[in-house]
Amino acid sequence: MSFKPFAVSLLALSLAACGNSETATNTVKTAGDTAKSAAQSAVSSGRDQIKIVGSSTVYPFATTVAENFGRTTKFKTPIVESTGSGGGLKLFCSGLGANHPDVTNASRRIKASEVERCASNGIDDIVEVKIGYDGIVLANSRKSAPMELGLKDIFLALAKNVPDGNGGTVENPYRTWKDVNPALPDTKIEVMGPPPTSGTRDAFVELAMEGGCKKFGWIKELKSSDKTAYKTLCHTIREDDGFVEAGENDNLIVQKLNANPSAFGIFGFSFLDQNADSVQGSIVDGKPPTFENIADGSYPVSRSLYFYAKKDNVGVVPGIVEYLSEFTSERASGPDGYLAEKGLIPMNDAERNMWKTSVANLEPLSLD
Amino acid sequence: MRDLTLTTSDQLKKRHAKETRFQWYGRIAILISLSFLVFMFVAIFFRGAGAFQQTKIGLDINFDQTLIDPTGTGDPEIIANANFKPLITKSLAQAFPEVTGRSETRALYKLISSGSVFELGNMVKENPELIGTSQKIWVTATSEVDLYMKGKIDETISQDLRRLKDRDIAWVKQLQESGVIKRKFNTALFNNGDSREPEMAGILGAALGSFFSLLVCFLISFPLGILTAVYLEEYAKKNRITDLIEVNINNLAAVPSIVFGLLGLSIFLNFFNLPRSTPLVGGIVLALMTLPTIIIASRSILRSVPNSIRDAALGLGASKTQTTFHHVVPLALPGMLTGTILGMARALGETAPLLMIGMVAFIVDIPKGVTDVATSLPVQIFLWADSPEKGFVERTSAAIIVLLIFLVLMNLLAVYLRRKLERRW
Repeated sequence: MSFKPFAVSLLALSLAACGNSETATNTVKTAGDTAKSAAQSAVSSGRDQIKIVGSSTVYPFATTVAENFGRTTKFKTPIVESTGSGGGLKLFCSGLGANHPDVTNASRRIKASEVERCASNGIDDIVEVKIGYDGIVLANSRKSAPMELGLKDIFLALAKNVPDGNGGTVENPYRTWKDVNPALPDTKIEVMGPPPTSGTRDAFVELAMEGGCKKFGWIKELKSSDKTAYKTLCHTIREDDGFVEAGENDNLIVQKLNANPSAFGIFGFSFLDQNADSVQGSIVDGKPPTFENIADGSYPVSRSLYFYAKKDNVGVVPGIVEYLSEFTSERASGPDGYLAEKGLIPMNDAERNMWKTSVANLEPLSLD
Repeated sequence: MRDLTLTTSDQLKKRHAKETRFQWYGRIAILISLSFLVFMFVAIFFRGAGAFQQTKIGLDINFDQTLIDPTGTGDPEIIANANFKPLITKSLAQAFPEVTGRSETRALYKLISSGSVFELGNMVKENPELIGTSQKIWVTATSEVDLYMKGKIDETISQDLRRLKDRDIAWVKQLQESGVIKRKFNTALFNNGDSREPEMAGILGAALGSFFSLLVCFLISFPLGILTAVYLEEYAKKNRITDLIEVNINNLAAVPSIVFGLLGLSIFLNFFNLPRSTPLVGGIVLALMTLPTIIIASRSILRSVPNSIRDAALGLGASKTQTTFHHVVPLALPGMLTGTILGMARALGETAPLLMIGMVAFIVDIPKGVTDVATSLPVQIFLWADSPEKGFVERTSAAIIVLLIFLVLMNLLAVYLRRKLERRW
């Protein structure tokens, strides 16, 4: 780096430092509310607003709760960033204090490695909250006939390598759905789905692809003998024109399905719910992706949605307990709640009450 | 002799044809780019025009004192905490006496936006004299009713596939007959922050976020850029160090903007602990991005100021600094401003660097300063485009229209300044 731009950035930095002292004074003002947050602001700049990061699937629900929470309580509306489940947990586990988020949303459960990472940064008490279910649908345009698929068909149509029938594997030779299963129509396999960074893709691969993959006896045995080979075979999606990565924007996939009636798209149930007039979900293993089928768990490609909160930040950032209770309240995540309106599939009464009590007691997470 | 004329005229013909052909290539190129531009504007305009209107339902609301402020204290605190929902449900029950039963009435109340309760609350807070009176209030309808009124819901398909059921449409038609459902100018779009409900979502928060970011960006990049340019052009000796600096500045101008976002994340957020998601950090990052543009533009303007001006001033005994700041810089300033405005216009449209510093977020509260959390206009467009609710489709385009208007205004200002103030030599 040359001398001048370096001087320029130095100047910019000194200006930035002035800004920092300004926020510090702001902090002192707001910190008067609670003695605890005043103590906190001595170490880092405190804040009076909950910060939430995490999954883009949970984002529509978390923002709805945040907005209602901001309107009906005296607290400020929480900030919700959509970073993806993995990215959210990384930020969440990077440390305690006001500079790190209080809550992270996840479209999968936290992993043991992430819990360890959290613990190594001093975050020992994590409150886990399950909020409901989401179905992943394989949908096509209403201009064509609805499709009835088995998990096995999905695996054979989308995997990079498929069994060759002699105990080995061969690069996916199937071009049309009829090649996969003679009962299916003679149309080209063309599926648009999310990129590997997406939680929806992870869940689809785990539930649909692996679900179909396991139906081959010898592959199931492979799981215990060679887990890596098993995972590679079951989790790798084909890279030719049979599968197109369509980006994280599910709206775009819906529009493309309308333009191309023979194509299929992979996205979350809430997008199917909002666009039921133009696209239809395929029937998987005899079950159509309806609200009821996902809620009772009979639709095979469904997953649980979670969020995680830091117990240590309770009392430091105001409103966390109230936010948790708003999210688990009947008017939010109950069967008639405003989240069901947005496409979240609620848990049954017993499960909901169990989570409600555990959240109210701020019970720490235990992975078992 | 005769042969020679023939060949010349042949060649001439060829040359003329070539010339005409080339001119047509140029015209066709312009035509193609123009048609792309027109297509884009028309598509965005047609999609977004609807968002400037919002369906409202006229309800006779009785601001019952016993519901809002039972003891008649007039205390704004009590009014703010009152529940305004019963006012709406009572009024709806009066308008539709035939609707009974829990699920039916719930469906009826869903015609009205969940945000209208807060609109009523704000209305009463601003005009406490409303308490105890009966007024006809135009409350906001939900996005589904709005889409129906704009003809964007297909009635012919089975009602299971629509979010607005046949029963709801019958109610809307009933309201239409009595003339209490109307499309009015969408003030929420310009007065509200972001919302999960399309009918309540607005761009004010994002627009102010953009404004504060650009303010910080301007305050940092303009003086720094101008001073750098003046020093390099007027004072610095031409040697290897200044050559190196020049190359570096030119390279910086070509660095992808996301890189500045990463720089912002690692330096301003992680090292200096500046507050995440704020226009302060956004502005600094955008300033780093705009600086090279401003420096390059300012230097070329300074170079175009004739040396005779400098010589004359120096000849009359002015010092180097006097020459520069009394004569050269004032003459170059309009051009420098133009360069700065164009740089700022580019900064206004940036999302990538803001992504890294947490300005891509759902933020409802309207920012009041540079240290309040905020997003920016292009980020708002990005977030709405990704939302499942159909009502956001037209709002996305409306936000694009507003952003384009700001960009056009900034460019016009740059053109105006150049025309008005620039001296030609």
